[in-house]
Formats: sequence, structure tokens, C-alpha cells
Amino acid sequence: MINLTINGQQHELDVPDDMPLLWALRDVIGLKGTKFGCGISECGTCTVHLDGVATRSCMIPVSAARGEITTIEAMAEDAVGKKVQQAWLDLGVAQCGYCQGGQIMSATALLKKTPDPDTREIADAMAGNLCRCGTYNRILAAIERAADKEASS
Amino acid sequence: MSQSDDTLLLANVSRRGLLKGMAVGSALLLAARWDMALANEKAQFGAGAMPGGWVDNPNVFIHIDSDGVVTIINNRAEMGQGIRTSLVMVAADELGADWDQVRAQQANADQDKYGNQNTDGSRSMRHWYQPMRRAAAGARLMLEQAAANQWDVPVHEVRAEVHKVVHRETGRELGFGELASAARELDVPGRDALVLKSDSELRFIGKESGLINGELKSAYPKAVDGEDIVTGKAVFGADVDLEDTLYAVVARPPVYGAKVKSVDDKEALEVTGVKKVIRIEGTGQPAAFNPLGGVAVVASNTWAAMQGRRALRIEWDTAPAGDNADYTSDAYRKSLEKAAQSPGKVIRQSGDVEAALNDADQRVSATYYMPHMAQAPMEPPVAVVRISDGKAEAWAPVQNPRATREGIAAIMETDKENVTVHQTLLGGGFGRKSKPDFVNEAAHLAKEFEGQPVQLQWSREDDIQHAYFHAVSVDHLEAGLDAEGKATSWRHRTLSPSIASLFSPDPKHKGEFEMGMGFNTMPFSIPAIRLENPPAPAHVRIGWFRSVYNLPHAWAIQSFAHEMSVAAGKDHRDYLLELLGPDREVHNLTVGDGWNYGEDPDLYPIDTARMRRVIERATEEAGWGRETGKGRGLGLAFHHSFVSYTAIVFDVEVDDEGELTIHRADIAFDCGPQANPERIRAQMEGSCVMGIGIALKSEVTFEDGVAQQDNFHNYLIPGMKDAPKVIRVHLIDNPDDAMGGAGEPGLPPVAPALCNAIYAATGKRIRRLPVGDQLS
Repeated sequence: MINLTINGQQHELDVPDDMPLLWALRDVIGLKGTKFGCGISECGTCTVHLDGVATRSCMIPVSAARGEITTIEAMAEDAVGKKVQQAWLDLGVAQCGYCQGGQIMSATALLKKTPDPDTREIADAMAGNLCRCGTYNRILAAIERAADKEASS
Repeated sequence: MSQSDDTLLLANVSRRGLLKGMAVGSALLLAARWDMALANEKAQFGAGAMPGGWVDNPNVFIHIDSDGVVTIINNRAEMGQGIRTSLVMVAADELGADWDQVRAQQANADQDKYGNQNTDGSRSMRHWYQPMRRAAAGARLMLEQAAANQWDVPVHEVRAEVHKVVHRETGRELGFGELASAARELDVPGRDALVLKSDSELRFIGKESGLINGELKSAYPKAVDGEDIVTGKAVFGADVDLEDTLYAVVARPPVYGAKVKSVDDKEALEVTGVKKVIRIEGTGQPAAFNPLGGVAVVASNTWAAMQGRRALRIEWDTAPAGDNADYTSDAYRKSLEKAAQSPGKVIRQSGDVEAALNDADQRVSATYYMPHMAQAPMEPPVAVVRISDGKAEAWAPVQNPRATREGIAAIMETDKENVTVHQTLLGGGFGRKSKPDFVNEAAHLAKEFEGQPVQLQWSREDDIQHAYFHAVSVDHLEAGLDAEGKATSWRHRTLSPSIASLFSPDPKHKGEFEMGMGFNTMPFSIPAIRLENPPAPAHVRIGWFRSVYNLPHAWAIQSFAHEMSVAAGKDHRDYLLELLGPDREVHNLTVGDGWNYGEDPDLYPIDTARMRRVIERATEEAGWGRETGKGRGLGLAFHHSFVSYTAIVFDVEVDDEGELTIHRADIAFDCGPQANPERIRAQMEGSCVMGIGIALKSEVTFEDGVAQQDNFHNYLIPGMKDAPKVIRVHLIDNPDDAMGGAGEPGLPPVAPALCNAIYAATGKRIRRLPVGDQLS
């Protein structure tokens, strides 16, 4: 049995130790906000927070996912996450939207650690999150907008 | 009103739980009757020429609940272009609905009811703008009539305002919700009774909002799926939540056309969670939308299915694949380059090109290469199918729900009426999801599990190795210039495998619709022109990729025009305008294009004045001609596609190590009237970034018929650091021409403009894509 703490809730799962967290979230627990994109930590679509750190859930086995796991479903209850989501809406960032949950998770992790990042810090933090629709300029602007709000609040 | 609960439930396809009961109840309909004779009206061009045509019956698209919630049906696939917001907004504006009380509902696959649903060709808005406005205007008139009846006044004395109808003289008013039930009983007005709103009465259509070139000018009307997307609630193909779902992956033949010789599934069946191993027979070549065949592993979760697939021992028989098993990209490129040296099938000819080339003071010649690419939407193909009691239900992110429905029906050997296809959001499409092969695979498996949903997931490896690839291409151009550098002759040979090879024996030549994408429509005013198409066989599945054959044609023609300007010693912009010659409208048939994106040539001529205008605007905005300094330069390209016009100027810098920085992109775009400028800008920005990937990074190569790239570590697509520092989009104010597309026309000029800028910065000419390490 594997014990996971996800969005503040305890889950006991009967799954193999080596099952990546992504599939436990999606197929076993039914949290479908975290998406599958590549399976090899190359695209960031599956990003969750593990103890606040942006983590690719497609490669981390459930047995190694010890700590507080937070997914996109819980971001609206997170003060920084909520601001990031609002900035995304204000600037019309999303096109298809499939990668945007992962983008928001990476952006939120960045702003929690670095409340006022410069362009280089944003680009470094977001380098592992791909968007085939090509929304990067708006993602960058939205992170800056969320950071401004953070600084002024 | 008994249906309010249903209506609210049905309001948003993205809401969890609603997918189980998505039937559109007839009780929701506003009114009773529609003149089918009018609805069946056929046209030669545009939406009318599409299978299923158009429908503008308010009953089909607009439902108003007693509490005032307006549900508008969207019948086009949402894949990131924003059509679920834009088209619903068009109807809401014409209706006079309060945007906060509008819900979008996705249509199921039913072309008989909804009209054409095939979302491709950048035509959702241009084909559906008028029908949706008419549907909304009809509903508005019915609400007005209902109010007039209730107040016992003539209908011309009442007027719909925002979400209510008012009687000015007496100050009485009734909300849309209060009128819905009475309006429902009325006859639908005839088309000749409809009066569409004037521009001054519109609140959303054509209005700039949101983020404009880095500045938030005004609040953007809430995107239909925006909130669900940022909170993780949006439902894509793999996100339907059904009881007892089984999960499957398929091992497909590595070479197109190969078959399973033998399979040992002993170890696979020992993997925890694996339920069954099933062989899927492919139909061989041409594959069309049929499964490639192979071996499926069905399990209790996706991970187990993937582990099971890894444990399969499969021997493939490549004999049925024929010479596809010898397909190797380097050798193929060389064979096309060789074929490009000989004359091909003549597609268009004027004047004596050979004589003009021989008489030229200067000859310019170049050969351009664009590789195979995979669409690689962030959501890999995925579908859920459940079959019970001879009926199928599917949930799938598909661009073509009609083909999806008919494909499942064919597999079940039943009528399409027994198949329900729920169209989920698409996590990107780009042409890949025009082909419902992955849904057909799921249907084959679902037949084995009566009553149980089977979710068929493609891995990224599957997606890249078994894509419907963008056609590889070689374009060879030659031009003659006179002593002043003026072009006297132009010869262009284009070679690519055809998409037709997917559906019929390989024709080895491009079809009419493929050449109509910017090849035979080449707009330059040159005395002697000859366009040829030598043969090129297909060895993999070739398919639509955003902008399709416009990509290689624009890449070659716009790169070559720049090379000519350099040879002539003239400014590139001035040279392009000279090549275009005097403003004129060209009928597509006069240049041998019998296709014209399916549009009426009178409404949609090839207009060189519009080309000139986008070139002028993009160059003006970019500060064309300014001093850029060493290692930095501006590059320009333009292209006409999907009956719209785009020009791009890039400002780039290349340092001594060959590191490229894209400082800015200035994009001028003319699509005629703009329904939702906010999303048009987004499409231009996204096309710019995707095009940069095409120019710099993306390539699939083959060795012995096997794709050599398999995930994002070796099939490269752009990331944030590849995007221009600044993208500025300049929309041409042109309400007078007919509406054009916006999803694809931003893409074709990106690669040539970027490579022309690289030349301006470095003197290095790129003729082979992707650029890769050619700058270092």
C-alpha cells in the first residue's frame, strides 16, 4: 500500500511502487487536471508541487512522492496560485489550454520562491514547460502581472 | 418550465459529470418549425459546398431557459483557436444576450442536424459567422414577437436590448428568460424577415479587447473555457470520468504497411493490471483513417498497459510494406533534388521561360528543403469508446466528428444513428486530429468489452513515430534578371508526396488543393513563368499539418524572392513590391488553381493590393531600413493563404558563437472583417512561435522506414526561450472584403522571414530546414 498526501487529503493506494505519480493521480484517484504530455519529463504538462517544488509527475514513482503533493485542482485555494490563475485569465493566455495547468504550477512555484523574478529567472523556471500553441509571450506577461500584484498586496 | 435543471447541467461541456447525460433534449428548443427547403439550400462555394452545408435554424443552436440562461451550441472543434468563445460571442452579440448569462454547449457529431462540423481549413468563422448571426437574429425576433403579443402592441414598437425586450412608449420590459416559453411556441421567422444589427449596435463583434501588443487595453470578455482551463477542470479527451474504464495502448508496426508476424504476450499478461492482449488488423496501404494494426494491451490503468506493451515480444513482417522499409531521409532528399533537375508535369505556363532564362543578364538558382514534421499537439491522440447493445458512445478530441462517427459505425457494421460522438476539448489539433484513426482503434478494442469504456492512449512516442507526417519537400527555383535586376523569368519545380496517397494508390503528384496552397497562385508579375511538379512517392502516412503545403511553398518562394533582390542589389521590400507589380485582382482559375480554398473567386480574388498593404504595414511598423549594427538584421516575408494575407518582419541578432536572438516580430494581418480581434491576435502570436520551431528545430527523419525521433528530447519544438522577445500584431482594418481564415495563415511566412533575417544579420543563406546548428 502506498500512502500519498494530495491537496491536504490522505490517500491509500494499492498500486505498484514504480507507478508514476501522474497515473496514480489520473487513473486511480481520478484527479484529471494533471495532464500527460511526454512521459519523460521533457514537456512539463504533468507538473505538480511536491513540498512546494515544481515536479514532473510523469517520472516520479509513487514510492518517491513522499511529502505534500499539490495539484492544479488546489491552486484556487492557494493565495499565489489564485493570483497566477487570475493573471492567466486577464491576459487571455490559454489557447487550447492543455499545457496551462502545468504552466501555472511551474509559475506558482517560481513566484513562491522568487516573488519578483526578472525575465531571465522566469525563462529559466519555465524552460521545461512546452506549449505547442505558442503562448509563451503571454505566459511571461502573466507571470509578471501576478508578481506585480504579489509585490503590491 | 421544467427543463431549467437540465439546461444548467448542459451549460458547459467542461463541467465534470455532465458528460454522462449530454443529450440535447428537444424540450429545450425555442420553437417548433423551420423551413427545411431554405435550410437545405445548396451553394457551389463556401460553407454551402461543404458536406452537410450550413444551418441557421435558431432552434438548433439557441436555447433560452426561464431563468434567463442562454445556451448556445457550438458545432466546431475547439482546439485552441478560441472558436467556442468567438462563435458563441457572435451569436450572443446578435441576440443581445448578457455575456455573463451565456453558456456554450458543444454539439455532438451530427452533420445532418448542425451542418458541416469538419474543423479544418481555417474556415469556422468565415463559414459560420453569417448562419450564427441569422440564427441569433431569428431568436431575437421571436423574443420581440412574444413580448409584443403579451403587451398586445405591434412588434415594431418593441425592441430587444441587453437580455430583455422593452416597450419604449410605456417603459414596460420583460427579460429573455421571462419570454422564453412564449417565444418557443412561435414560428421561426423567414430569412427575409431578419434584420442583422448594424455595426454601431454591436458590443463584441469586431471590437478590440484584451492584450494588445503587450498592453491590456480593456477587459477581455470572459473566454468560455478560461476558468475551467486554469483550474484544471476542462475536459479533454482523456478526462471523461466513466465507471469501470479500461485503459489501452497499442504497439504499431514501425514501418508503414508492415504487419504482425508473431507475438509472444506471456510476459505482458503477467504484468499487474493487464487484462488482455488483442491483435488489431491493419488495412494496409493506403491507410486512410484506419488503424495501422498491431498489438493492443488492455489494462486497469494506463501505466499497466504501457508496462505490458513493453513486455510484448513482437516479430514484424515488413514484406507487405514494400519499399517503405527502405525509406531513408537522406537518400530520399537526394533523389528529390535530382528529380528537381528535370522538367516535371507543367502546372502553369506563360511566356517562354527557357528562352528568357538563356537571355538573362543574371540567373539566380536555389533549392530549398523542408523535412517531415509531426503535428505533436500537447495532448497526444486519445479516445474513449463504450459499446453496449449494438450502440457506441465515444468521447474524443477530434477535428472531424462526422468521420469519427462513420468510422465507428463501419467497424460495428451498423448505422451512424447507433453511434454517439461527444466532442471534448482538443489539447491542440494542428491537423493531427482531423484523422480519427485513434478513435477507430479504441472502437476495435471496445467491441471486446461489452458495456465497458475503453480509453485508448497514444504515448508521445506513438504520436511522433506514427504521425500523419507533414510532407517532406524539395523546391527548386530559377529566375532570370535583366541588366537592371528586374525579373524576366521564373521557373519553380515543386516536389512533395501527396496527401492523396493516404486515400488512393499513390498519385506521386500534388493534387489541385495542394498546389492551390501558394504554388500555382504565386502572385508575381513576371513575363515568363513556368511551374512544374515532378513526381515524389510517399513512404509514410502523409497528412494535414497546420497550413499544409503553404509551408514549403511560402518557404521556397519567399526565400527565393529575397535571393533575387540580393542578386539585383535592391532593397528586399522594394523588390517584392516591384515583383507584385500594379495592384490587381487575379481570378484563381487564371493561374490554374481550381480550388481557391473552396471559396467563390468573385468574393475571394487573389488581391495583390492586399499583399502590398500587409508588406507596407509590417515594414513600417518594424522600422524597415533602420541601421541594425553588426550581427543584426531585419527579414521579411509575406504569404496569401486561407483567403487571408500575412506579412512578417523579424529583427534578429546572431552572435559570434551562432547564438540567435529574436528581438522582435512585426506581423501585419488582413483577414477582412474581424469577428474577435483578441483571438486573431492570439493566433498570430501562436503561429509566429510555432513557425519559429519549424524554421529552427523540428524535423522527423527516417532510416529504413522507421522514424528516428520519438519524444521531445529529439523532436524539438520551441520553448519560452525560443519565442521572440516582443511580438507585435498589426491588424489591417478592412471591413469591406470577405472574411478570411485566421488559424493557419499566420504560419507560412514565418520560416522564410526568419531565414531572410538571419541572412541580413550574418550573410548566411539557409536553404535547408531546420536551421539546427547551421549557424555555429
